Amino acid sequence: MNPPIWTELINLVAAVAFILALKALSGPKTARLGNRVGAIGAIVATVVVFFAINNIQNVEIILIAMVVGSLLGYFAAKKVQMTQMPQMVALFNGAGGGAAMAVAVIEFLTGSIYTSPIALVATVLTIIIGGVAFTGSIVTFLKLQELMTSRPVIIPLGRFITIGVALANLALAGYLIVDPTAWAMWTLSVLALVLGILFVLPVGGADVPIVISLLNAFTGLSVAGMGYVLENVLLLVGGTLVGASGTLLTRLMAQAMGRPLTNTLFGAFTKTAQKISNSQEDRSVKSAQPNDIGIMLAYASRVIIVPGYGLAVAQAQQSLRELVDLLMSKGIEVQYAIHPVAGRMPGHMNVLLAEADVPYDQLKEMDEINSEFASTDVAVVVGANDVVNPAARTDADSPIYGMPILNVDQAEQVVFMKRSMRPGFAGIDNELLFNDKTTLLFGDAKDSLTKVIAAVKAI
Amino acid sequence: MDQLALLTIFILSIFVGYEVVSKVSTVLHTPLMSGANAIHGIILVGAIIVTSHAEGAVELTIGAIAIVLSAINMVGGFVVTDRMLDLFKPKKKVEDKA
Repeated sequence: MNPPIWTELINLVAAVAFILALKALSGPKTARLGNRVGAIGAIVATVVVFFAINNIQNVEIILIAMVVGSLLGYFAAKKVQMTQMPQMVALFNGAGGGAAMAVAVIEFLTGSIYTSPIALVATVLTIIIGGVAFTGSIVTFLKLQELMTSRPVIIPLGRFITIGVALANLALAGYLIVDPTAWAMWTLSVLALVLGILFVLPVGGADVPIVISLLNAFTGLSVAGMGYVLENVLLLVGGTLVGASGTLLTRLMAQAMGRPLTNTLFGAFTKTAQKISNSQEDRSVKSAQPNDIGIMLAYASRVIIVPGYGLAVAQAQQSLRELVDLLMSKGIEVQYAIHPVAGRMPGHMNVLLAEADVPYDQLKEMDEINSEFASTDVAVVVGANDVVNPAARTDADSPIYGMPILNVDQAEQVVFMKRSMRPGFAGIDNELLFNDKTTLLFGDAKDSLTKVIAAVKAI
Repeated sequence: MDQLALLTIFILSIFVGYEVVSKVSTVLHTPLMSGANAIHGIILVGAIIVTSHAEGAVELTIGAIAIVLSAINMVGGFVVTDRMLDLFKPKKKVEDKA
């Protein structure tokens, strides 16, 4: 009955490959190698499992499904633009969660789990956690892709409905452990899927990356659960590794945003949500033409650029680099200030700027550069908003209160390149836009940058 | 396998998982998350195991779905992480031309 020893040994090697992969992924020099080590481990383990199963059935279906899934995954990963990468990761994660849930459902139906009560508990928990990861990830995808609103969705009495559904999940899980019947399992599956949706709906846009990371850890746990049930060490180790490291990573991300995790997940349930405003009363802002900005920059001696997601959406990283190179050739000191959560995920902006060949040493992290704004002539904010919003420091009612921000407001002059007065991803107004030293340049980031470059060249 | 042995492996893996990523820099959060995401695609192995002894249309259909989803997770996850990290590889020294 047991799989041959040699296949177990290869599984052990693959499990070690996963540990090494995660370790290597944490360092900039080894990251790429680490990812490949992990991939090789996964491929080898996938081939070996065919030799480990006694009396294997349905081989054609298995192979066809594998080819279909691999091709879908491969082309999706190759085609996706780097700006849309966070939602791609969310989708892949959802696929993993859904798969773990499906495996648990089959395991339940085939009835092989009744021999061990612990295996039954693990199966039931996998159905819940995998189901939440599946639909939760799909909702985060919809939010990031802006197929639905990125703002917190508040259902009347939503808090009670969510708690009710969560309790119903637990009650059914308890029932299933005592009396494992199919109808209860199907009901639980549906309830778990509903819970995933309810869980993510009230999370605000800026917090979505943290939720992706958390759901990633959930999927890891559900995979570990199936590893336990199937008595497969590789699944158990791989899933647990992701569950544990994902939990830590989620906490690190929440820290980078300066807020406790509970705030992220349940913040929208409480009063802070009402603070989010839709309308902007007609207050005057100072806007200027590209020429004016060009002159301002050409006569500055120190400039700091604050790139945001809007830059990437406009595909303007190349133009930005051109402008920076041009200014530097005039002897102006230029640096990029990278907020930890610039873009849509921690580290996302570094990826996007690396794509435009911006040299590493010009990118400064927040802690490094924040003290330098006070001695800077012009801070140029391109397509960013929430990460420079002083409300994070001053307004205790603001949803982003407590998040560390870039001290752009301390610079001599501030230039915002924006499409419109529309608030940022978090959906809150930015007081800095109305400040006396702020000048706005409206328009598409790429277009604006091109015009500013021409203006600087003309001087 | 012995239930106690499985539990031991589970508990020890939690500590290993926590430990190996504890020193990650902010810059690498996104690729690390993406790489970890690919690793749990190993559920493909579990999907193959259960489908290999599935019987009847319902079980087979769910099994096939599980395999498709997990293959998307695994292959897509590793490929997209590789693309991301490709951007980080040391470039030819781009010194400023000033």
